[in-house]
Amino acid sequence: MSVLHIDDLRTSLTLNGRQHHAVREVNFRIEEGETVAVVGESGCGKSMLAMSIMGLLPSIAVVTDGHVVLEGKPIERESERQMEAIRGARIGMIFQEPMTALNPVLTVGEQIAEPLRDHLGLSRSEARRRAIALMERVRIPSAASRYDSYPHEFSGGMRQRVVIALAIACGPRLLIADEPTTALDVTVQRQILDLLDMLQDDGRMAMMLITHNLGIVAAHADRVVVMYGGDMVESAPVRALFRNPAHPYSRALLASLPRVDRDLSELASIPGRVPPLTRLPDGCRFIDRCPHAMKICQALPPRVPVADDAEHEVRCWLHVEGSGRDASAG
Amino acid sequence: MLLQVEGLRVTYPVSRGWPVPRTSYLRAVDDVSLNVGAGEALGIVGESGCGKSTVARAILRLARADEGRVVFDGVDVTRLPLRALRKLRPRMQMIFQDPAASLSPRMRIGDALAEAIAVHGITHGGDARRLIKETLSDVGLPPEAAARYPHEFSGGQKQRIGIARALVLSPSLIIADEPVSALDVSVQAQILNLLARLQKERGIAFVFISHDLGVVRHFCDRTAVMYLGQVIEQGDTRPLFDRPAHPYTRLLRTVSPVPDPDIPVPPLAVEGEPPSPLDPPPGCRFHPRCPYAAERCRAEIPALRPTMGHLVACHFAEAIAAQEDA
Repeated sequence: MSVLHIDDLRTSLTLNGRQHHAVREVNFRIEEGETVAVVGESGCGKSMLAMSIMGLLPSIAVVTDGHVVLEGKPIERESERQMEAIRGARIGMIFQEPMTALNPVLTVGEQIAEPLRDHLGLSRSEARRRAIALMERVRIPSAASRYDSYPHEFSGGMRQRVVIALAIACGPRLLIADEPTTALDVTVQRQILDLLDMLQDDGRMAMMLITHNLGIVAAHADRVVVMYGGDMVESAPVRALFRNPAHPYSRALLASLPRVDRDLSELASIPGRVPPLTRLPDGCRFIDRCPHAMKICQALPPRVPVADDAEHEVRCWLHVEGSGRDASAG
Repeated sequence: MLLQVEGLRVTYPVSRGWPVPRTSYLRAVDDVSLNVGAGEALGIVGESGCGKSTVARAILRLARADEGRVVFDGVDVTRLPLRALRKLRPRMQMIFQDPAASLSPRMRIGDALAEAIAVHGITHGGDARRLIKETLSDVGLPPEAAARYPHEFSGGQKQRIGIARALVLSPSLIIADEPVSALDVSVQAQILNLLARLQKERGIAFVFISHDLGVVRHFCDRTAVMYLGQVIEQGDTRPLFDRPAHPYTRLLRTVSPVPDPDIPVPPLAVEGEPPSPLDPPPGCRFHPRCPYAAERCRAEIPALRPTMGHLVACHFAEAIAAQEDA
């Protein structure tokens, strides 16, 4: 049984009385001990997807179709009370800016101890002991003496460690990390990613890593979901995506990356920009920027396996035989 | 040389503490020397607090140099009277990470460009209008953009406007402080390609500040690596990134993600975070995090010296290279 199964999920936003699909028919699974990266640029729906899973959607947004299945049980229609019990206990969350996840007027120790008392019913002293152990586990130096420190006394990297300790406090089955290192310097970024890898290996946690950084994906993910305009345009094992990207958007994205380890003559750039939510095309969302756009692309593209690999799937008419063009083109 | 920075030192006063704040001095830039030839792109890389933005500000005299000289086209900018400085300003322009912050939200793009042209007395009337139109087209914006307000543009387009505003003054040097860091990768590529074309076609020199080594490798001929206010390694970009000599440059190179799952990720040898620039360690500033640190590193600041094809501030660069590359 998958830890998380996103099953044809649609999330809609109502703006000026009109419904817009911020997430459209997204499908993927995350198994125990696996890291699935969700990548895409701003406006691709990756954060909206995370909010849909956690039940933290803004009031104008709602899951209209499909399911979020956590350990075999759909949770997308659970009450707010039920979701509160699930968040923190079975789903841990890490956000980009650690300060927004921490309460500035509580000590970091109290904040880590709180879910232990709420969700696991530990006594005050037992929660304190466990919180210190968690701080040591996320490698906060002299944890016991820093239990009574406030978040502002920590550096950015140490704050993110506190947030991670909080997220894993109750031993969640799923960890959702939304751009966990984007606000950090590269040396600290690497430390945090290594820490997440280690924690995940130990706890057999499933991890959903939301990022825009394909370098991080290459080094830290097992599988990748590429999103564009609310659609999952491609889903593949990490090596397959980098070796054999199938969707024109994935290809263009990979070709546009400058690299530290080699020289590239010119970067491929994608013309235009991501359309705003209110002006997303009905069919393929990439149609206006795609060099291979065809007439049929005005209809919603189907999900097609790539090279007979059941794990590698693309949502694109180019890969449908007889749809007007050879799938190997481009 | 178009730009020479010699022995630059910049200090900021910092008040901290409660109830009685005490003023201490933060040496943001400590004895930095750089030079940039005409049409050349120099990259400055380093983590937050390393002083890279302060160097940029001091070059433009937006930050006061306590010591050292900034010589632009033979003129010492640090000691120039304001009136003469104003004459020089159009030739040294800056673009920022957040271009919206440098655009007035109540001013149409065309008016903002016209103001820059008028203030510096570049040209006027129909010539100014023609210049605006040509420049907008050169940075890939339609002529109608002139009649619009900044909020009507996306992040990438705003950066194009920021570039256009620098270009109307025909600068010979552009200082770009993290110009693509806030942009999505597909848009980042558009802007990098645009800057590369301008460098080639107009012969503009760049000081390009970034924390992203991939971007710097792509754009910059030479690169300086900064750590806690000092340049610790400097040289031609390609050999510098392929064979870094300073342990800190080695670290930066190791932690820079490469978008290729088949390239093995070397284990991290360095723990900790950069210490506060308010209280830099004695000797080599990197020694508390350096896996090779010896007694000499704690006592003596290493000079930036030529070795292994670039300039390196490390007492043991050769020995480390022999050990690591064996």
